[in-house]
Amino acid sequence: MGTPLPEGIVAVVKADCPTCRLVAPVLGELRAAGLAVTVFTQDDPAFPAGLDPVDDTGLDVSVALDLDTVPTLVKVEGGSEVERLAGWFRPQWEKFTGVAPLGEGLPEHRPGCGSLTQDPEVIERLAARSTGLRSRRLELARLEDEAEAFFERGWTDGLPVVPPTPARVQRMLEGTTRAPDEVVATVGPDFAECTVEKAAVNAVLAGCRPEYLPVVLAALEAACTDEFNMHGLLCTTWFAGPVVIVNGPVATEIGMNSGVNALGQGNRANATIGRALQLIVRNIGGGRPGEIDRATLGGPGKYTFCFAEDEAGSPWEPLSVERGFPEGTSTVTLFAGSGPHGFGDQKSREPESLARSMAWALDGVFHPKLALTADAVLVVSPEHARVFREAGWSKARLRERLLELLTKPVSELAAGALGCAEGMTFGPGGATGVGPVGPASGSGDTGIPKFTPDGLLIVHAGGGAGLFSAVIGGWVRGAIGSIPVTMEVKQ
Amino acid sequence: MSVLTDDGPRIYLDPTSERTAIARSLADRPASLDGKVVGLLDIRKPRGNVFLDRLETLLNEQGLRTARFQKPTFAKVAPVDLRHEISTKCDVIVEALAD
Repeated sequence: MGTPLPEGIVAVVKADCPTCRLVAPVLGELRAAGLAVTVFTQDDPAFPAGLDPVDDTGLDVSVALDLDTVPTLVKVEGGSEVERLAGWFRPQWEKFTGVAPLGEGLPEHRPGCGSLTQDPEVIERLAARSTGLRSRRLELARLEDEAEAFFERGWTDGLPVVPPTPARVQRMLEGTTRAPDEVVATVGPDFAECTVEKAAVNAVLAGCRPEYLPVVLAALEAACTDEFNMHGLLCTTWFAGPVVIVNGPVATEIGMNSGVNALGQGNRANATIGRALQLIVRNIGGGRPGEIDRATLGGPGKYTFCFAEDEAGSPWEPLSVERGFPEGTSTVTLFAGSGPHGFGDQKSREPESLARSMAWALDGVFHPKLALTADAVLVVSPEHARVFREAGWSKARLRERLLELLTKPVSELAAGALGCAEGMTFGPGGATGVGPVGPASGSGDTGIPKFTPDGLLIVHAGGGAGLFSAVIGGWVRGAIGSIPVTMEVKQ
Repeated sequence: MSVLTDDGPRIYLDPTSERTAIARSLADRPASLDGKVVGLLDIRKPRGNVFLDRLETLLNEQGLRTARFQKPTFAKVAPVDLRHEISTKCDVIVEALAD
C-alpha cells in the first residue's frame, strides 16, 4: 500500500451496510474514550457523520487490507496490523478495544456485510486497475468523442470500433487461459510481437465477445506463420486477404454462422473474428492501405472474412479432418483469398454435370490460362452437396474429377495461345505462371492441371435453398506466395 | 475517485505495437494568421501573464481574436480536458514558458 496505516484502530465501513450504521455511534464512543480511531468509508465519503471519515471510495485501503466484511476493525501498531475483528459482537469489541461497556441499547450481535471489494462488478474494475495490463494508456478529455478519437489515431479499419477500456480488455482476457504477456505471433510488416493482451485489445476494438478470443489467437498464429505469409499477402497488389474457416465444436459453441448467408453479414462471431485479425495486422503489424498494403482494388473481404463449415449437414468429412486433425478438434484454416465468386447451376442433378459447372467456375481463378498459380476454396452449398450425396460421390472423388476437368494442354495455356498474350511459359527451367510453378517443360498436348490436390479446398456451407455455390480464389500459391495453414483452437 | 461510478479518468488501452508516440503530431503551421483565433496559454510561471498581456494587445491591434488559458500549475503537464478545450477554441497557441 502506498501510505502506511494510521496507528491505533482502523475501522472500515460503508453506509450501505445496516451493521455499519448500527455501530457508527460505537466508533464515536471509542473516540470519546481516547482511542485513536480512523474510520475509512467505502461508499459515502460523508458517512459516518461526525467521525471525520477518510474517503476510501477508491478502495485502496480496503484492497490493501484484503477485506471480506464491513465493519472491520484493525489494530495497527508500528504501522502493521496486529489484530482484526469483523461484524458487531459486543463482548468481542469490548475485549478488542479495552473499552466497556460499549453500544448500550444495541443488539448483542449483528453480522457484517460484504466489503465492496467483494462486489462482482467492483472486482472486475479493480482487476482492470491492478492487474499487469501493460498496454500504454491513452486518456481522453471528458468532452472528447471516443469514436472520433480512435479514427484520428488510425486505430480503425474505417468503421467505428468499441473503445478498449481496461475493464473491457480484462473481460476479453477471461476468454482464454493464456497469460496476457505471452507472445502469440510476430506480425508483419513491422514484425512487432503481438501478446495475448494486445490481441485482446484489438478483439475489443473489433467487437468480439471473450469466448471468441481463442479463435482470434489461433487465426493470428496461423496467419503469421512463414507458410501463410501474412506479410506478403498484406503487401500484394492482389485482391486477397486472410480468409478464416472455422471447424469443430467451437464454431457452434460461440454461435458462428455456417448456414444462411454464411459468407455475408449479420453474425457477430463471423464478423468480429475476421475483423479482429485484420485490426491486429493494421495496429500491431503496421499494415495499412496506401502504405505497405498496395492492393490495386482490394475487396470487402479485407474488412473481415470468416465463416464456419456446416459439418452437421455435410455429406463429407470436415476440412479440418481432411487436413489431419481428429474429428471433434476445433481448428481455424487460414486461406489467402479474394471475395467469393458465386456461380449457379440449377439444372444439374447428376454429379458429372454439376462437376463440369464447378470446373468452369474454378477455371477463372487468377486467369484461365494460368495453371498451378493460385489455390482455391470451393464452398459447396447444401443443395449442390445433395447431388453428390445422393450419387455417393466422396469429396476426394469430386476433387479428382475437378482436377481432370481443369487440366489443359500446354498449347492452350501458353502465353500468346488462343489470341491472348497472358499465359504460361514453358522452358528448360520449368513452367512459369506468375512465378515458377514446377518442373514441367512440356509442350503441345502435355496436360497441366489448374490446381494441385492440396490446393483445392472443398468445404460445405450455406442456406438450405439455392442451387448456387462459391469459389474463393487464392493469391500466388505455394512457397512463393501463401500456403493454407490449419491450427488447433486452444482455450 | 470512487470505483462505483464512471466519473474517473477516461482511460483506454493502446492497440498498437507502441512504436510511435501516442500523442498526435503537431498541426501544420498556418501560412497566415488572418481570421485565426490565437490562444494564449499562461503556464503560471511568474510574469508570464505580463508577456501574454502585451502579446494579446499587439495581436488585437492587428484585428486578431485571442483566447486566454491557464494551466493549474507550471510543474505539471496541462490536464487533458484543458488540452481538448484549447484544441476546440483556437487555431494556434502561444505558450508563455518561463519567467
